[in-house]
Amino acid sequence: MARLTIQSPADVRLLDSGMSVGEALAAFNAAHPEAGGIATFLGKVRPDEDVRVLELTHYEPLTLPGMQQLADKALQRWPLDGVLMWHRVGVMHPGESIVLVAAAARHRRDAFHAVDFLMDYLKSAAWFWKREKRPDGWHWIEPRAQDFADRNRWV
Amino acid sequence: MAVRVLFLGSLRDSAGTPEADYPAPLDWQGLLAAVPSAVAGQLREPHVHVACAGKVLSDKTGLAAQDGDEVALLPPVSGG
Repeated sequence: MARLTIQSPADVRLLDSGMSVGEALAAFNAAHPEAGGIATFLGKVRPDEDVRVLELTHYEPLTLPGMQQLADKALQRWPLDGVLMWHRVGVMHPGESIVLVAAAARHRRDAFHAVDFLMDYLKSAAWFWKREKRPDGWHWIEPRAQDFADRNRWV
Repeated sequence: MAVRVLFLGSLRDSAGTPEADYPAPLDWQGLLAAVPSAVAGQLREPHVHVACAGKVLSDKTGLAAQDGDEVALLPPVSGG
């Protein structure tokens, strides 16, 4: 298998099929040999008896550029060696990965903060629309008040 | 010629179609008159945004779409 090429300082991708988390993190780790630590977050479709599938749609002209701007904000805010932000679109089943975010830094606190910040913005301020298929049909998911409160911690 | 309007997220269900073409030029009042009434009602809500030619409008009522522009109607997002 060809080795993954990681863009530095920000590797931002939209994926329409499953991601290999181990491979992504191994390549990200190799791309940032000066880092003292890497914090990662893997978001998954939460197993729930009622949810058959989850579908994420996006809008090409806005979604990826918006994610790149978000990565730039994190890079300006904390001293980071690099960030990785991969987000799935399309149809996913419970237990599947939706989003992988990683930050490499000299010191752990900056990496933890950057990943927390990026996830809060991806949840409620990136151009994605999510719906779940339950036994009674499709339901659109909107951010909860908690998602907005989480994001406002960074303002 | 035409302006293509995309109904994203839940607005696709309200519109009953993912996209529609309307005559150019298209301004805010023209958009409200052209789209299905269920969509027009939601468009007036502050949390629904409008993008024209790949840029989110800071004031959607200033929409001025020209022939060939793509207008995207953007309901509240949910990612991650």
